[in-house]
Amino acid sequence: MSGLASYLVFFLIQALIYSVVALGLNLQWGYTGLFNIGVAGFFLIGSYTFAILCGPPYATHLGGFGLPWTVGVLAAIALSAIGGLIVGIPTLRLREDYLAIATIGIAVTLQLVALNARTLTGGSRGAESIPRPFAHLVSSNLWNNVVYMLLMLLVVIVIYFALEAMVRSPWGRVLKAIREDEPAASSLGKNPFTFRLQAFVIGCAIMGLGGALNASFVGFTAPTDFLPIFTFEIWAMLIVGGSGNNRGAVLGSVLVWGLWTGTGSLTQAILPSSLQVKGGAVQVIIIGLVLMLMLVLRPRGLMGEEAVVSRDADVGGDVAAAASLQEGR
Amino acid sequence: MGQYIADGIILGATLSLGAIGLTLTFKILRFANFAHGELLTFGAYFALALTTVLGVGAPLGTLTFGWGFLLVIVLAAVFTAVLAIVVDFLVYRVLRRSDIVATIVIASFGASLMLRNIVVFIWGNQPEYYFHTIAIAKPILPGVRVTTDEIFVVALAAVLMVALHLFLTRTRAGKAMRAVSDNALLAQVTGINVQSIIRLMWVVGGTLAAIGGIFYGITVQVGPNMGFNLILPMFAAAILGGIGSVYGAVLGGMVIGLAESVSVFWIDPAYKPAVAFLLMFVMLLVYPGGLLGERA
Repeated sequence: MSGLASYLVFFLIQALIYSVVALGLNLQWGYTGLFNIGVAGFFLIGSYTFAILCGPPYATHLGGFGLPWTVGVLAAIALSAIGGLIVGIPTLRLREDYLAIATIGIAVTLQLVALNARTLTGGSRGAESIPRPFAHLVSSNLWNNVVYMLLMLLVVIVIYFALEAMVRSPWGRVLKAIREDEPAASSLGKNPFTFRLQAFVIGCAIMGLGGALNASFVGFTAPTDFLPIFTFEIWAMLIVGGSGNNRGAVLGSVLVWGLWTGTGSLTQAILPSSLQVKGGAVQVIIIGLVLMLMLVLRPRGLMGEEAVVSRDADVGGDVAAAASLQEGR
Repeated sequence: MGQYIADGIILGATLSLGAIGLTLTFKILRFANFAHGELLTFGAYFALALTTVLGVGAPLGTLTFGWGFLLVIVLAAVFTAVLAIVVDFLVYRVLRRSDIVATIVIASFGASLMLRNIVVFIWGNQPEYYFHTIAIAKPILPGVRVTTDEIFVVALAAVLMVALHLFLTRTRAGKAMRAVSDNALLAQVTGINVQSIIRLMWVVGGTLAAIGGIFYGITVQVGPNMGFNLILPMFAAAILGGIGSVYGAVLGGMVIGLAESVSVFWIDPAYKPAVAFLLMFVMLLVYPGGLLGERA
């Protein structure tokens, strides 16, 4: 029984960390329509920043600052925000597809740096023994995980409500206006570039936070954690849950992570060890299939974006009815 | 230095062929097709599978393969063109109908990962080679040694590019394709069947991608990640040359191939894959239209 409980706690922690990243992507893609296919890159910045600042001294690479957990997390947020700023300034003015190409390029480049800059990152062996907060408070591994799960839950709740407040504010309405009709929004005096950059940088910062939380939970970070498959998983989570809906981002994270680990354990149980590589391939194919079917059959995801009609708008009953129909209520 | 330039041209042959299809998709269907790299991968693996059935033929002269392999190349190109049309039919065609144009890029990113893992599922992820004899590099210029296979690759790439040029400028279908890429609506009004042009585009793009992939297989190796590793350099080539310009894609492919190859003089070879990306990034900043792109 305790085996199942500890597995469930483990599962939830990982799902909550993915939720954080998916919430960051939702601000970028769901609300602002920005194609970030370099999620793994910003996650990487957060992970390594935290590992270097909070980890123990390493023999061959940078570390040993021994800074407190909160400082590491804040630094991870700040550095990934700076990363977002550097990528965003040149590319957010260009056609949207270019942002996709530029972000995946950044992710690939950062992964190369993580792999090759051994004195900074530890190279292919990665950084290990990354500390977890409150680890000294409880002795058992299970309770240690429970504490971390509660902390992750708190983080997700805080980010969720912060993002909800943001996207429902006038600022959030401008984001959606730019996404839907850029010329109309700029004719009302809103500078699309400024708003896009703000949303992009905040989203990247949240992804970096996710990276720090993950490094702290797993206790280990290596270049193989940041392959394009990671970006793909986050995208699948957001599309399945419903982009443009923060609850959808969290729901999608739990579901897709469940599907991913479920198919992983299944193929591991069924296939002999010589075919494990194929099992991993099947996992990706299944998630890919789910993503495709979702895009084709239900592009709005499980929980679509809420149709928003201004309080002050003079809309007839037809429009309101259409909006509620679209909502599926 | 001469050797690195020769190696760069050989890599450029693969990149140019891949970038042509990419730039056509970008222009005609208006999206960045992340799954284009997997067309190279599949082309290379189709050829691998076909060589086990048909063999590579008795070596011609100093080449490591014979007529049999040329047949393999043709068949692999046909299979890849069919695959490109099937992926378009199953995924992109459906998404084109919906209002959300942007999701096609995400779908292509998903398709890229799926196709790559289908390759892993069928063939495994160990590197493969077409020929088991070792090609001997001979000096062609002082300090430059190339194999006959490499000369074949560059020569066939040049032939294909000339053929594509003639197709686009001299044939009715080629002119129709250019018309659609300039203005699909206007082309439709003049009676061009846009759907059949889109299929033709996938045939052209898929064929060239397959041959590009096989070239990479001949000169480097075949592996499931080859297409993904080439997609950024190919995007870089297409953007550098100017999106939508076939000649720009050829030029861009050569420039990127040379830049990656020669870069080892200044930077750690481990960072070679980032060179194309950096060039593209700089191009986007200073001259987003590309070298041979349209002028606004």
